[in-house]
Amino acid sequence: MNKIIEKEYFSDKVVKLVVENPLIAKSRKPGNFVILRVGEDGERFPLTIAGADPVKGTITLVVQIMGVSSSKLVALEVGDSITDMVGPLGKPTHISKIGTVLAAGGGVGVAPLLPIVEAFKQAGNRVITVIAARNKDLIILEDEMRKWSDEVIVMTDDGSYGRKGLVTLGMEEIIQREKVDECIVIGPAIMMKFASLLTKKYAIPTQASLNSIMVDGTGMCGACRVSVGGKTRFTCVDGPEFDAHQVDFDEMLMRLGGYSQEEKQANERYLLKL
Amino acid sequence: MRSKTKNKDRALIERVHMPELAPEIRVKYQDREVNMGLQLEQAQKEATRCMDCANPTCIEGCPVSINIPKFVKYIEKGDILKAAATLKETNALPAVCGRVCPQEKQCEAKCFYVDKMSKNSVAIGHLERFAADFERNSGTSNIPETAEPNGIKVATVGSGPAALSFAGDMVKYGYDVTVFEALHEIGGVLKYGIPEFRLPNSIVDFELDNLKKMGVKFETNYIVGRTSSFDDLREEGYKGFFIGSGAGLPRFMDIPGENSNGILSSNEYLTRVNLMGAATESKDTPVLKGKNVAVIGGGNTAMDSVRTALRLGADRAMIIYRRSEEEMPARIEEVKHAKEEGVEFMMLCNPLEYYADAKGRVKGMKLNRMGLGEPDASGRRRPMPIEGSEFELDVDLVVVAVGVSPNPLVPSCLPNLKVTRWGTIVVDEEKMQSSISEMFAGGDIVRGGATVILAMGDGRRAAENMNNFLHQSID
Repeated sequence: MNKIIEKEYFSDKVVKLVVENPLIAKSRKPGNFVILRVGEDGERFPLTIAGADPVKGTITLVVQIMGVSSSKLVALEVGDSITDMVGPLGKPTHISKIGTVLAAGGGVGVAPLLPIVEAFKQAGNRVITVIAARNKDLIILEDEMRKWSDEVIVMTDDGSYGRKGLVTLGMEEIIQREKVDECIVIGPAIMMKFASLLTKKYAIPTQASLNSIMVDGTGMCGACRVSVGGKTRFTCVDGPEFDAHQVDFDEMLMRLGGYSQEEKQANERYLLKL
Repeated sequence: MRSKTKNKDRALIERVHMPELAPEIRVKYQDREVNMGLQLEQAQKEATRCMDCANPTCIEGCPVSINIPKFVKYIEKGDILKAAATLKETNALPAVCGRVCPQEKQCEAKCFYVDKMSKNSVAIGHLERFAADFERNSGTSNIPETAEPNGIKVATVGSGPAALSFAGDMVKYGYDVTVFEALHEIGGVLKYGIPEFRLPNSIVDFELDNLKKMGVKFETNYIVGRTSSFDDLREEGYKGFFIGSGAGLPRFMDIPGENSNGILSSNEYLTRVNLMGAATESKDTPVLKGKNVAVIGGGNTAMDSVRTALRLGADRAMIIYRRSEEEMPARIEEVKHAKEEGVEFMMLCNPLEYYADAKGRVKGMKLNRMGLGEPDASGRRRPMPIEGSEFELDVDLVVVAVGVSPNPLVPSCLPNLKVTRWGTIVVDEEKMQSSISEMFAGGDIVRGGATVILAMGDGRRAAENMNNFLHQSID
């Protein structure tokens, strides 16, 4: 169980893993996530599922090296097994035929966006996708996105690939060009905040998939709480997708930094041990 | 045994005192047990106090109906292994119950000494722990007899005390039992909730081993309803389900500033430390440490949290409770231990608001003082805010332990399952059977929030009634 079947480096820091888990491969839906633990000393952390093959019994995860847990996961090789993996968790994305969907992904957020784009396309929508990253090396899954999108716009902060500029620039062009019925945004919290402000200006319903800190992922701990429309909600059981216009992104950004000192120290200890 | 010592002489013996690790030592260790357990002579002397009543009311006080006089008299005789075997006839987790049961409200409250003589009860809880520990340390673990396997598959959803108690009884009846657990460890609240200074994980693991030896199967990282559907499991041949998925969602007070960093639920705080080992440097899971720690609430979970904070180095560890000490739901023993360790009890105080620093970390709180009015629905005097009594307190870590709501994960997968408006599963109180006939339920998912032993009692009753139900439906 949880054996790594395939491993591909998208860049130095971004890695795709295809992991054997027939039950999750069969039951997961776009938008679901899993909780992982690597090694007996490992912490539990969430990753949104980037795809699945129910026939082969595998799911795809894309991970960016950020700290100890992501480093430990990426250190696993083909044939190794992930100690613990549970899911699928969270509410799946609500998919229906609504017209034109604008999907925006930032950094590794593009990975969990892929199955959602695929599902919206298969439901008969026109899907326009904007994928963005800091530079060319960090742009991922472009070909896969093209397969399921009517149009793909690539944005890089430094202009090393596609168009130069932030994700919002690409999004706004589309919004000004044609009628968009719904947006979905996945990426770093700061990117989702500004994407949400943009679509709010144009009154386009927008879903954001939040990447809060979690421990159990089943509703038990409340570490992932987030304010949505002035009410406290739990990302793990009430989300991970919420009406982006109602999310208090500033509070979310603040909460994401809640363990930054501990995380930094742990990473230093980990690097020293290597 | 009755004739060996006269009751008058039995009654002259003073109740035994549980030896404890000194407060100044124990506050340094998260994983050293406070109660150290009785020695053989102490246990035998205490067992002698029991008069082996013709009509033993203590048994009525036990949710899992342990034959208390029988095991106590085995201790008096010195046949401790038989005492342990007696416990296991009806209790899947005696070493756990001997440590965490509120015996003073159950068996011991019904003891003849309390009931008729206004004296201290026989220390049934201490004796239960003694017998279970003696057996474990003897290395000769007696595995209860199980009936011939009947090949009928049943599943539990969750692996806490309710589910384990159910599993233990069902495997005795001969069923093929699989326990499904969402977390990576078996044990539910016994592992993530109760700290090691009250209940070492190794003791839970030993009792789990007994269940394994009896034939119970365990699956971790498995959420029934999500990882596989109930229908998938029915197709695999499962005929009955016991839902013991526990109290999931922690409650917060919904006051300004409560989402600041450094304010967490007791579930999160205790899970990080107990399940994930966050207090140990080799573990990756972090835990926030505080110098001035406020724990909101007056239950056992609040006591566990505040004593954990002390052990993690707090200078001030405070219980903030809106009623008075008399109304606190925590066990008297836990309150006593907390006081010995230096926990401050701020009674009749209620949080109003939290303040955070520029980075969003809590730095202070505003409270007001409360007075007690007329009794409310719970029978306890209702706390009322005293006007103009607001004051502020410096805190850098706050643990909110004001209760939990039932876990919605399982009920949300079963649209036909009847639940109350609070989200607890509706069951027939006698049979523990839900609105879906082959599904039984117990513990916090039914009660909303209770004790280990009440959950275990539910598990036993569910097992007995599911056994009857499955036999009827198969015959």
